[in-house]
Amino acid sequence: MQLPPALCARLAAGPGAAEPLPVERDPAAGAAPFRFVARPVRFPREHEFFEDGDVQRHLYLQDVLMQVADAPEKPRVPAFACQVAGCCQVFDVLDDYEHHYHTLHGNVCSFCKRAFPSGHLLDAHILEWHDSLFQILSERQDMYQCLVEGCTEKFKTSRDRKDHMVRMHLYPADFRFDKPKKSRSPASAEAPGDSGERSEGEAMEICSEPVAASPAPAGERRIYSHRIPSTICFGQGAARGFKSNKKKTKQC
Amino acid sequence: MWSRRQGRLRPTVCGVEELRRRRREREAALRKARREQQLVSKRLLRDDTPEEAGEGCVAAILGETEVQQFLRQAQRGTEEKEREGALVSLRRGLQHPETQQTFIRLEGSMRTLVGLLTSNQALLQLEAARCLHELSHSEQSTVAEACLPATSYLLTYLSGHSSDFIELCLYTLGNLIVESEAVRRQLLPQGIVPALAACIQSPHVAVLEALGYALSQLLQAEEAPEKIIPSSILASTLPQHMLQMLQPGPKLNPGVAVEFAWCLHYIICSQVSNPLLIGHGALSTLGLLLLDLAGAVQRTEDAGLELLACPVLRCLSNLLTEAAVETVGGQMQLRDERVVAALFILLQFFFQKQPSLLPEGLWLLNNLTAISPSFCTSLLSLDLIEPLLQLLPVSNVVSVMVLTVLCNVAEKGPAYCQRLWPGPLLPALLHTLAFSDTEVVGQSLELLHLLFLYQPEAVQVFLQQSGLQALERHQEEAQLQDRVYALQQTALQG
Repeated sequence: MQLPPALCARLAAGPGAAEPLPVERDPAAGAAPFRFVARPVRFPREHEFFEDGDVQRHLYLQDVLMQVADAPEKPRVPAFACQVAGCCQVFDVLDDYEHHYHTLHGNVCSFCKRAFPSGHLLDAHILEWHDSLFQILSERQDMYQCLVEGCTEKFKTSRDRKDHMVRMHLYPADFRFDKPKKSRSPASAEAPGDSGERSEGEAMEICSEPVAASPAPAGERRIYSHRIPSTICFGQGAARGFKSNKKKTKQC
Repeated sequence: MWSRRQGRLRPTVCGVEELRRRRREREAALRKARREQQLVSKRLLRDDTPEEAGEGCVAAILGETEVQQFLRQAQRGTEEKEREGALVSLRRGLQHPETQQTFIRLEGSMRTLVGLLTSNQALLQLEAARCLHELSHSEQSTVAEACLPATSYLLTYLSGHSSDFIELCLYTLGNLIVESEAVRRQLLPQGIVPALAACIQSPHVAVLEALGYALSQLLQAEEAPEKIIPSSILASTLPQHMLQMLQPGPKLNPGVAVEFAWCLHYIICSQVSNPLLIGHGALSTLGLLLLDLAGAVQRTEDAGLELLACPVLRCLSNLLTEAAVETVGGQMQLRDERVVAALFILLQFFFQKQPSLLPEGLWLLNNLTAISPSFCTSLLSLDLIEPLLQLLPVSNVVSVMVLTVLCNVAEKGPAYCQRLWPGPLLPALLHTLAFSDTEVVGQSLELLHLLFLYQPEAVQVFLQQSGLQALERHQEEAQLQDRVYALQQTALQG
């Protein structure tokens, strides 16, 4: 197929529309038995016209495996330690360090040092756990925001919020990050008391409803209990701000 | 995409012929699937480390005890390296469908894996995600659906910061999405669309490509036109972002653009709310992208350009059928003559490299010329009639489309037909009249009729070149008779 040489020049030149030649139709043009009508055509999704292109698209999708063979080995660097205070992990691959940093040290709550998977959850946590105004307001209005991105529903209690997330958003009832070491059979109820190992950075977050009108000082939001959790919690605790009631009352 | 995936061809264990045979097999399977409207493809991200590749043998199938062992080790091992190693072994085993089946049948296995996925050990998390990814890629629904408990976590991680991890989560989600409507019925309420919309702000090219993939899978779903596109997609900021990804310029990444072009195609051909897209400047963005593609073709940047050209052509063609095209403001319309030039450069490229895409290119040409005298004029002034005629021998489908485009030009009146005559058109028509395909001949008759009407001088030459004999061949054909007769009359009287 030979293209006129001037075509490339036209492509390279500036935009512009051709001044149309005068249109002058004779009614005899469309007279029977002739039936041509100039019209734009549209094809819906499943039309067979798209078969070839679709097949090529899928070959491409499948082909990625064929081409991803010898991934270049990730460059190694002289081993170095994570610089964050209290963390002693050592790395010799930068990507691994990046992932470690984002997982454990990114989105960290400055109050209680807990790490969260995203900024969104961190913000929710700070609001609900470390903002005294929040607690006061939540007694009068619905303040617990649904955690699903895009949902604007708010609830009176974190339990209500959890129920909403389970019912409407099909979230698992035990939605949490940083599970304990002990594996549990699917049948057992969530008994937080089990996780006796509150070892640094691994114990599950268990919280119960904050008691109304609690005399807890500013900054202390939750009272730990060993009841079945009624909230959805998350957080990979690097270090706990407080571990028991006793410690709290000391600060009173 | 191009730089990442290319140039890493596997040292072929099997010969070129074997590869070609496999490809033909896969193509046949895909065609069959498409005809049954069951076209499903998953993408697998598998980084074979040199050690793994060097082993030279495929990973072994794992039995139930081994799977249990690795899981336990990963969960309770004392040394981090040991735990990670256990997961790596599990992951390798999971490359086998048998191991996948064993895994999903083991009680508590997914729960343990999800626990590792959400642990605070970054590398464990990554390996657990890789295991999940292997499972998501399975062709067996039971295996993929076993991954459902993990989806809410995968979605949460999309708003994290580790780009490799996010990429992995996205491909995993994309594989799960395409699995079944049941899976999508869970993912949609879990907020997958807002999660994707938030993720599209990522500066990482690999993440964007993965996002485009996941989104394209969602949009390709059968129920998408009714249940997904109107409510979720169009209500979000995704359409505008998608168009941004398609804007030509230094920031355009071909791999990313391919994915989002397909996303756009699925939205547009669903015909849910195309005026909205036109309002966002889809026509001008896609038009400019077409110019860019033609430029790339000229620079002989081969590398799979047709993968991007195809959805772009489809989007443009379908959008041009919208009434909104006429009413929308000047800038938003498509009037630039360079589009025609670009299209022909692409047609030539298809002619040489991918003839099966010629109909798609000609479809756009039809939609451009059908209602626009300006584009018809461009076809004439840029001397594109002859190149167009050169496509006639390719196939019957292509012939019909070429003739239709020529009819689009001719029907605009004498001023246009004058430019079609004299020239290669009449000889070409005499040639197509000799075809046996009824549709090709029928379209040739339509074009002849227009030519005779607006350019009567052509009749004489037609007669001189044995035109009547060419017509006679078809006088018995039911679909052609009337028109043949009418033309014979015109010729004899003229």
